[in-house]
Amino acid sequence: MIRRTERIAKNYLRALWSVVYKDLSMELRSRELLSAMLVFALLIIFIFNFALELDVKTRSSVTSGVLWVTFSFAGTLGLNRSMSMEKDRGCLDGFLLAPVDRSAIYFGKTLSNLIFMVIMELMILPAYSILYNINLFYPGLIVVILLGSIGYTAVGTLLSSIAIQTRTRDILLPILLFPVVLPVFIASVKASSSILSAIQSHQVLQMNEIWPWINILIVYDIAFTAIAVMVFDYVVEE
Amino acid sequence: MDPKPRLLIVIDIATVILLIIATAMVLFYTPVERVMGLVQKVFYFHVAAGWAGMLGFLVATISGVVYLITSNRKYDIVGLASVEIGMVFALINVITGSIWAKPIWNTWWTWDPRLTTVTIMLFIYAAYFMLRAGIEDPERRARFGAVYTVVGFISVPLTFFSARLFRTIHPIVVGANQPGATGAFDMSPSMLQTFLVSLFTFSFIFISLLWHRVRLGKLEDKVEQLKYKTME
Repeated sequence: MIRRTERIAKNYLRALWSVVYKDLSMELRSRELLSAMLVFALLIIFIFNFALELDVKTRSSVTSGVLWVTFSFAGTLGLNRSMSMEKDRGCLDGFLLAPVDRSAIYFGKTLSNLIFMVIMELMILPAYSILYNINLFYPGLIVVILLGSIGYTAVGTLLSSIAIQTRTRDILLPILLFPVVLPVFIASVKASSSILSAIQSHQVLQMNEIWPWINILIVYDIAFTAIAVMVFDYVVEE
Repeated sequence: MDPKPRLLIVIDIATVILLIIATAMVLFYTPVERVMGLVQKVFYFHVAAGWAGMLGFLVATISGVVYLITSNRKYDIVGLASVEIGMVFALINVITGSIWAKPIWNTWWTWDPRLTTVTIMLFIYAAYFMLRAGIEDPERRARFGAVYTVVGFISVPLTFFSARLFRTIHPIVVGANQPGATGAFDMSPSMLQTFLVSLFTFSFIFISLLWHRVRLGKLEDKVEQLKYKTME
């Protein structure tokens, strides 16, 4: 009995991993997704620089907001592309024919989207650090970014697989995603800005100040991953 | 088309009578609030419209879940109907709120959690209409619509909590739901009665509209089917 569940779990993980592996190896060869996300993200930061006149004084209050707007805009670009690739080349039908649980496909796609998003974020952070002469590499901030990205991709993967199956698929994803993902955005921005302001003023970070936000992020991540797994079947069925 | 059911006729008449009574009570029965004056009277229909709006979104979510389980077209029609009605009432809620807020808070708008949440709900359900408009296959449209109402509705409380937290950490904006908030007042008995009658009235309006809209939705369905038939 134990061996049987073990085998099922192993098969499940293998199916999940093969989805991730497919995406990663495809990206390694073409590099079209990450390069587009990165260039787009850098452009947004440049636009913000002139739109908000990011001098030292403004920067201290808006850095986390600028970062998260950049992440979410570049994130939608990636989500849309990663899903429409499946649709265009008929991969999605192939997925559905495979004798694996549908949730393995969902988790695989979410994981690969998450990996792309985190890579993009980890490349934007040093770029921002160099451009504005501020160190952004703090474990607390990385944890917040990771938690925020999990929630973002968990909902984003589900909604992008809805959006690509519609007539208006190029414009629909941000409209569907942003109102639903707003709690993630609020919590991530507030948590990041508390962390950054504590660092900049050389004070010890008050953990009780950011715990509520971290809690919201964790609740969101768990709740929406669970819902997405439950409804993903209905989204991809033909 | 089936004739109008007797019960629906009764509900329609009751709704009209209730609406007349509620309006009369708001205008003539309730006292004028001492501090805020006449503008406070917006409160009765404001909260009632908010209630009817929430009811609409709740019904839409429940019928979304039921649709996903049963794949019965009927629940898609109910879901669409209640989102449409919920949108209208939520808009009435926001607009009457703004009318009240201008003299009381001295601004049309603040980023209070309730205001933020209602507006984000309007955005979610606007996206719902755009999603439906982009899908031709009725079965798929119903399925995606149901999924999106469920996902959207569950994010609403989280938006509310994060917006509230946003404020308790930065107490800059005028308070609305805290003790000592601007615009708070105690209800006299006649105010409370009118308030309850308004809630009751708006529930009736909601039921009557929903029933009419569902009947219309069924008719739409029939027209669509006839169209396919003549095309063959």
